Amino acid sequence: MYRYDEFDATMVAERVAQFRGQVARRLSGDLTEDQFKPLRLMNGLYLQLHAYMLRVAVPYGAMSSKQMRRLGEVARKYDRGYGHFTTRQNIQYNWPALVDVPDLLDELADVEMHAIQTSGNCIRNVTSDQYAGATAEEIEDPRPYCEMIRQWSTFHPEFSFLPRKFKIAVTAAPHDRAAVKVHDIGLILYKNDEGETGFEVIVGGGLGRTPYVGHTIRKFLPKEYLLSYLEAILRVYNLEGRRDNMYKARIKILVNSEGADKFAEAVEAEWAQIKDNGIDLPREEIARINDYFAPPAFETLSAESAALEEKKAADKDFARWVRANTVAHKIPGYAIANISLKPIGGIPGDISDVQMEAVADIAEKYSLDEIRATHEQNLVLPHVKKDDLYAVYKALKEADLATANIGMVSDIIACPGLDYCSLANARSIPIAQRISERFADLGQQEELGEIKIKISGCINACGHHHVGHIGILGVDKKGEEFYQVTLGGSGAEDASLGEIAGRGLSSDQVVDAVEKLVGVYRQHRQDNERFLDTYRRLGADPFKEALYEAA
Amino acid sequence: MKLLKLSRGRLFPAFEEPLAEVSLDAWRDNPQEHAEATALTISNDTSLADIKCDLHGFSVIILDFPAFKDGRAYSQARLLRERYGYTGEIRARGDVLRDQIFFMARCGFNGFEFSGPDADDASAALEEFSFAYQPAADGIAPVWRKRLGRAAAA
Repeated sequence: MYRYDEFDATMVAERVAQFRGQVARRLSGDLTEDQFKPLRLMNGLYLQLHAYMLRVAVPYGAMSSKQMRRLGEVARKYDRGYGHFTTRQNIQYNWPALVDVPDLLDELADVEMHAIQTSGNCIRNVTSDQYAGATAEEIEDPRPYCEMIRQWSTFHPEFSFLPRKFKIAVTAAPHDRAAVKVHDIGLILYKNDEGETGFEVIVGGGLGRTPYVGHTIRKFLPKEYLLSYLEAILRVYNLEGRRDNMYKARIKILVNSEGADKFAEAVEAEWAQIKDNGIDLPREEIARINDYFAPPAFETLSAESAALEEKKAADKDFARWVRANTVAHKIPGYAIANISLKPIGGIPGDISDVQMEAVADIAEKYSLDEIRATHEQNLVLPHVKKDDLYAVYKALKEADLATANIGMVSDIIACPGLDYCSLANARSIPIAQRISERFADLGQQEELGEIKIKISGCINACGHHHVGHIGILGVDKKGEEFYQVTLGGSGAEDASLGEIAGRGLSSDQVVDAVEKLVGVYRQHRQDNERFLDTYRRLGADPFKEALYEAA
Repeated sequence: MKLLKLSRGRLFPAFEEPLAEVSLDAWRDNPQEHAEATALTISNDTSLADIKCDLHGFSVIILDFPAFKDGRAYSQARLLRERYGYTGEIRARGDVLRDQIFFMARCGFNGFEFSGPDADDASAALEEFSFAYQPAADGIAPVWRKRLGRAAAA
């Protein structure tokens, strides 16, 4: 993992001091709420329906045990004993008091964490593949590039007042777990035919009220030019992006109104002028950052674990958890273990202080001190010995963290919705809870396979409903909550936007609707195809018929 | 409104005679008529690449922040400094607030029509950060360069 040197530590400490001053000016009345708002938003502090909400950055989703333990302590000390992992691999606290926030930030700074650029019209926390450094699929570890982007974008003087917020995601595996095609910039690290590694640069994807799948504006960018190329994109966007209407201000609108070719030309012209201006990092600095991500001290193990097989045979629930929540690791004898934050009937992404401390302990003991957050609001223990999986499972179970449902119908993404958010039109969390309860039987879920349900409480689409295999969007109809269903979306390498199935459904109907859709899939599925594959093969009609027949 | 000027990392209140200002459009239409002008105002939706004329005759170029959130002039200032070699004063006009002056200075602004109450406090805002992660128009060595220097010295 990356560790701060004195420069990084100073930058974060100075940011806390600066924010402490801003809070003091607000509390003394020197700043009105209107004047304070842009300042607090630069530091992840939102005013929600009931209280302030602080969003803490987890750069590219990577945490140490020490950091996770501190997140738990902070939840207990400054919040109501829980935190909420978001679709940006960040964590949010829903109830901090304004006067406490500077102290809270100091405690985070102690463990090299911060809330810098987790909101505002700036370059947000960069996200990545939660299996980075652990999966055999990747061509190279994407995290060093994420860290380079984190540093370059931090307090970037030119790009702190962009037309709108700006999100960058990086992956280095063909299986896209970072949703790079629906980001402002998505970067795919790959090896070209000449054997060189570089980035495919995708621009202008996004969700929200005008969803787009991004366009590739450069097929191959030599990786040493990453930062200058990003700077060129951001400069074109800063100068040309719309500022007259906040709903048309994201880069996706610029790219899609001008056309991706024309946008690419403008970027290339700008890049040609700046590519040798000393923006890109020298070899030594790239090597310095890379060193932090050198593989940890893996043991030499045999690929199969007799202990694991024995426990699987003896404990059916454990065997199910292994099938559902673990995936292959690049090192023989190791596995990647997912921790579901979607217990049946629970709030997606929520985790208590005690659970955070349990995860910290487990990671320290069994996962080489590393934890990841995923954009699907779960956690990952990236480096677990197969021999230890049973102990990990038992410890997770003890902490109520062993739900075996990764990628399944109850592994739902949901935004905070009207329970917390001042923008929401409808509640998301209770819908997720009721769907999860309807499909409570884990055996049935496993049999259904991968089904991605994503729920947003308003058109801003924080719950990614456009890219759900089944998407659910909350709308307000004359003061009543209604839900619009979309079908066939995907945020992965086969990215597509869901299509609206038909008229909105009441909160009572929407859970039945999901069950009907799943019923159609069951009836028509061939071999092991996923819900999404069946939908793509058959088209929307049979699903729509089931939804609206005699309803 | 006070005029502040940046000198050696600090802001100082400045008192000067009103400038003879001309807008870019007016000047392009009829440069002879504006031969006396010393300050050029450029709106923030102007592409500098299209100007194609000599800016060095102006002692001040004034860029606009119609609202603090509208950050186009940050890019314009960097381009004036880094691409077009403009060495005169670049002055920020409009919604110029204490907490943005640091970013403006990094992008090459060195004059500020400051609307906030306290000029000393604005100067303090410039000193809130000891380092910068990225190069910009102010010549501050980015953190990675300092790291290299330190490694070389070790």
